[in-house]
Amino acid sequence: MKAFSFARAAEPKQVIAALADPGTQIIAGGTELLNWMRLGIAAPERLVDISKLHTLDGITRSERRISIGALTSLNEIGEHADISTYAATLAQACLKAASAQIRNRATIGGNVLQRTRCAYFRSEAPVPWECNKRTPSSGCAAIAGLNERHAIFGWTNDCAAVHPSDPAVALACLDAEIELLGPRGRRSLPFRDFLLTQAEAEKAGSAAQVESRLMRGEMITAFHIMVRPDERSAYLKVRERESFEYAIVSAAAAVKLKADRIVSARIALGSVAQRPWRLLDAEQALAGKRLAREEIAPVIEAAMAEAKTLPHNDSKTTLARNAAIRALLMAGGAA
Amino acid sequence: MTIGNALPRVDGSVKVTGKARYSTDNSPRNILHASLVGAPIAAGKLISIDASAAMAIPGVVRVLTKADMPKFGALQGNAAVRNLPLQTDDIRYEGEPVAIVLAETIEAADAGRQAVRVKYSREPALVVGRGRREAPPPKHPVGEDTTIGDVAAGLAKAVYKIEQSYTQPQRHHNAMETSGTVALFQGDKLTMWDSVQRGASVPPVVASALGLKPEDIRIIAPYTGGGFGSKTGIQPHQILVAAAAKISGRPVKLHLSRSDQYCGTGHQAWIGNKMTLGADAQGRLTAVRHHAVNSTAIAETFFEGVTEPSKTVYACPAIETRQMLERVHANNSSPMRSPMEGCGLWALESAMDELASAIGMDPLDLRLVNYAERDPHTGKPWSSKKLREAYAEGARLYGWRSRHERPKQDGNWTIGHGMATSSMGCIRYPGGARVRLKVDGTAVIEADTHDIGTGTLTIFTQIAADELGIPADRVSLRWGDTDLPLTGSVSGSSATMHTGSAIAGACRDIKGKLRRFGKGGAMFQIMRDAGISEIAGEGTFSTPNNTPFNIDGLDTPWAMRTFGAVFVEVGVDRDLGLVRFRRAVGAYSAGRIINPTTARSQITGGMIWGWGKAMMEESVQEPNHARWLAKNLSNVVVPVNADIPTDLKVHFVDEYDEHASLIGAKGVGELGSTGIDAAIASAIHDAIGIRFRELPITPAKIISALAQSPSSQFP
Repeated sequence: MKAFSFARAAEPKQVIAALADPGTQIIAGGTELLNWMRLGIAAPERLVDISKLHTLDGITRSERRISIGALTSLNEIGEHADISTYAATLAQACLKAASAQIRNRATIGGNVLQRTRCAYFRSEAPVPWECNKRTPSSGCAAIAGLNERHAIFGWTNDCAAVHPSDPAVALACLDAEIELLGPRGRRSLPFRDFLLTQAEAEKAGSAAQVESRLMRGEMITAFHIMVRPDERSAYLKVRERESFEYAIVSAAAAVKLKADRIVSARIALGSVAQRPWRLLDAEQALAGKRLAREEIAPVIEAAMAEAKTLPHNDSKTTLARNAAIRALLMAGGAA
Repeated sequence: MTIGNALPRVDGSVKVTGKARYSTDNSPRNILHASLVGAPIAAGKLISIDASAAMAIPGVVRVLTKADMPKFGALQGNAAVRNLPLQTDDIRYEGEPVAIVLAETIEAADAGRQAVRVKYSREPALVVGRGRREAPPPKHPVGEDTTIGDVAAGLAKAVYKIEQSYTQPQRHHNAMETSGTVALFQGDKLTMWDSVQRGASVPPVVASALGLKPEDIRIIAPYTGGGFGSKTGIQPHQILVAAAAKISGRPVKLHLSRSDQYCGTGHQAWIGNKMTLGADAQGRLTAVRHHAVNSTAIAETFFEGVTEPSKTVYACPAIETRQMLERVHANNSSPMRSPMEGCGLWALESAMDELASAIGMDPLDLRLVNYAERDPHTGKPWSSKKLREAYAEGARLYGWRSRHERPKQDGNWTIGHGMATSSMGCIRYPGGARVRLKVDGTAVIEADTHDIGTGTLTIFTQIAADELGIPADRVSLRWGDTDLPLTGSVSGSSATMHTGSAIAGACRDIKGKLRRFGKGGAMFQIMRDAGISEIAGEGTFSTPNNTPFNIDGLDTPWAMRTFGAVFVEVGVDRDLGLVRFRRAVGAYSAGRIINPTTARSQITGGMIWGWGKAMMEESVQEPNHARWLAKNLSNVVVPVNADIPTDLKVHFVDEYDEHASLIGAKGVGELGSTGIDAAIASAIHDAIGIRFRELPITPAKIISALAQSPSSQFP
C-alpha cells in the first residue's frame, strides 16, 4: 500500500475543491476503498474523509418523498421504520448486504460505487492475468476462463463483470433519484441510469473502465424515493450461504395490486449485469395480470430472451427468471 | 471425578482477553520482516530477478534469491515437501517462492515484494483433468492397494450392482491464524516461535536443511490458531525464515498473508473415486471395489488414504482398492480435516445410499445387514466398537424410522432426510509428559503440546486432576516449548490418547514414588512428613515397536477405529437451487469422552466443516494459468453461523477402549466431518430425487440438474 495524505472535510465544498486534484479519493466508511488500496486496485495520493459531513447523514421523509443522505449507514437504512414501511425492498437489501459489522460502517453512497467481485479483478497485485479493468487493454481472463458468476446482460468482449451491490438493485426497482454535487453545482438523475453496463460504458468511452455516470470531481450527496403508500415491495437474494456473501442473483420487486390483479409492477435483477437490470417490457406486460405464478412466469420468461450467456453461467438465466417471479410473489404477499 | 464433566475451557479467559500469544506476536529486538516473492507462473523456468526497484524502497534491507541461499541438505523428519524453493530455476507451481524481501517494517517488505521484477519463460501448466496420471511409489502406511477375495466373482453373483464416480474438489485448510514463524539465532542456537501442530517436528527438519544440530533448535509454540493439517508437516516457509535469519544475522519474522497461505501450506487434493458395489438379494455386499485418483504436485508426492474405509467399514468377502496419482502444477497437497475416511466415505457412503435405493431398502438397514463384527481387512477383533448402539440411538433421536411421515414441504422448502456411517482411523503417536505435584496441593503438567483450539488443555487438566484426586483448579500447565517433555502431534484426532495417557502415566508414577515411602495416607501428608516440597512423575505413551506412529492398531491383536452414524435433514428450494441445513443428529462410538462439551464442539465443528465441503467450499485452479483463482476468503466461501441450525444433537455411546489408550479414550477431532457430506447428498436426493456425485453441490449445479430433470415442472 502506497503512503497517502489524509484530510477531513468540514463541508461539501471542501470535498469538491479537493476532488479537483485527480489523485484524490473520497473515503467515507472505508469498507471498500481500503480493500482496493490493499489489493492495488487503487493507490490514491490523498484521501478526503467525508464521514463528518453531518448534512449528508440521515433519513428524512416529507409527504411525497423519502431522502437518504449518502453517508447513512446500511444498518440505519435497513432498520428505519419509514424505509421498511415505504421501501421494504431497500430495507431488506441493506440488511442482506455484508455482515452486521460492515453494515454499521458502510454508507449507501459508497455502496453503490462498489466494484465487481470478479475473482480475476480482485486478485492481489501484481495482477497475474489479463483484466481490462486492472490493466487497460490487457484482455479479459474471465471470459476466456471461468465465468460462472459473470453477466448475462449488457456485457462486451472487453468485460463481463457484474455489479455486486444489493441496495443498488432495490434503488433501481424503486425508481429512486440520485443527487450529485460537482464543481458546477447539484444535479440529479434516475438511479436506474446511474450505473452502466459494459455496452453502455463503451459508448461513454471505455467498456471496462467506465462504470457509472458519476463525473470526475463529483460526489454523491443523497438518494430520493417517492412515497407510494399503496405499493408493496420485497428483495430476494440468492447465495450459497445465508449471510456475509454476495448474490449469485438477486431480485427486487414492487407491486401495486387491486384485489389479486397487478395494477403496476417494477422489477430489477442484481448480479446479472454491471448495473441493476430493470425488466421494463415485462413490467408493462404484467399490468392487469393476476399475481399468480402461472400468469407472471411467461412474462418474465419472455424478458430473459435477450440474455446472452457465457460458457459457465447458463444456469444464471434460469435462476434470474425464478428469482424475479419469486420476488414479485413475495412483494405481493403471495410467497 | 472431573472426567466426564463439562469443565469450562481453561484457556477461555486468555483467548477472549487477547492475552494468548501466538507465534508472530513475538518480536525479538532488531527484527527484520520478511515477505515472499512468488513465481508469477505455474510452470517454466526462472530467467532472472531484478531487485533494484525493491532495494530502492526505504526500509528494504535485502532481497534474497537463489544465489544467496545455501544448498539445503536432504530433509529429514516430517517435512511437508522434499524439494525446497530457491534451489533451482525450475518453477513448479504459481507462488513458489523465488525471492525473499527483508525489511525494517512489514509495509516496506510488502512494497518490496511488489517491486521485485521476475523474468521467466513459461511452459504449459497441468491442472486437474489434464494432469499426468501415474501409480504412486510403493509402500505407504495408508491407502495401500489391497485385494481381498475375488471381486470379479463377487460382482458376477451380485443381484444389485452400483458403479458410479464421486469427486471432491481441491480445498484449503484456511485456519483462522495464517502460518507464521519468527527465527532468532544466538550463536549456533536457534529459537523459533512457530505456528505448528507439533513443535518437536521442526528441529529435525530445519537442522537437516541448514546443517544444524536438532538439539540446538528450540521451538516455542503455546498457541496455534487452528491447523486442520496445514501445520503438521514442516512447510518451506519455516525453513526459509530460519535460513534468512542465518544469512542476515538478524532475527526474521514472516507472517504469511492469506494469499501466501494458498500456495505455501498445502491443500486437500482433488480426489476422484470410482466405486463399484455388488450385493445379494438381501443387500449383503458381495464385492467392494474402490479405485481412487488423487491430484498431487509435480515434484511432491502426497495422497490421502481414501480407500481405507472401503477396506474396513463393512463386512464383505471381496474387496479391491487401487490408488493412482494425477500430477498437476500446484503446490504440495497435504492432509486436511478429515483425511482418509473424510474423503473416502464421501464415495463409499454415497454408493451405499444408491445401493439402498436400488434395492428399495432403508439406508440404515443396508448398513445393519453389512455390519462388520470384525475388521474385514485384517480379520482382527475390534478394540471397541459400539456402532450398533450408535445407529440405534441416532435413529431414535432423529426419528429416522418415521421420517417420511413428516410433511414433505415447508413453504418453498422441499424436505429431505439422509444418513451415513461415520468412521475414522485410529492414529496413535508416542506421547510424553511430566507432572510436578507440589506440597501446597497444586500440580503442574509439563508437555510440549499446543493449544490449537480443540480444548486439549482443559481435558489434560481433568485427566491429571482425577488421577491425582485433586480439584481441577489446582492443576496448571506448562506447554508449547521443546524444552519440555516431547509428545505427539496435535493432529490426527490423537492428542487425547498420546498426551492424555502420558499425563495419566506421570500421575501414576508420582503415586508409585509416594508409595515407596512405605506409609499409606494422603499424598500431601506423606510429602509433608517426608519434607518433600515437590515430586515429579514422568509418563510416556508408546506405540508397538516404538514406531513414529501407529495406524489402526497395527502390530496389536486389535483393530482400532472410531465409528458413528449421522442423520441430516435439509430443505431444498427448487426454484432457487438453495439447500438449507435444518437439523442433524450424530451418534458416536468413540471411546471414553473426557469432556462432553469440548467433544461436542469437535463433533459439531466437524458437521459444519462437512456442510462447507458438501455445499460450497472449493479452491479452483484457474484452467489457463494454473494459479488458484482466488487466494482469499471473499471469493472462496466457507460456512457462516447463519448457515448452521441450532438443532445439532450429538450423542456419545458409553464406551471405554482399554486397548487404544491408557485412559480409555480414542479421538473425536475428525470423526464428526466423516460421512456427513454423503448424508447431505443423500438428503438432497430424498428431497428432489437427484443424485449429486460431484462436490460441492452449488446452486448452479442444482439449477442445471433440475432443468435437465424430466420431473421438473417449472414453469
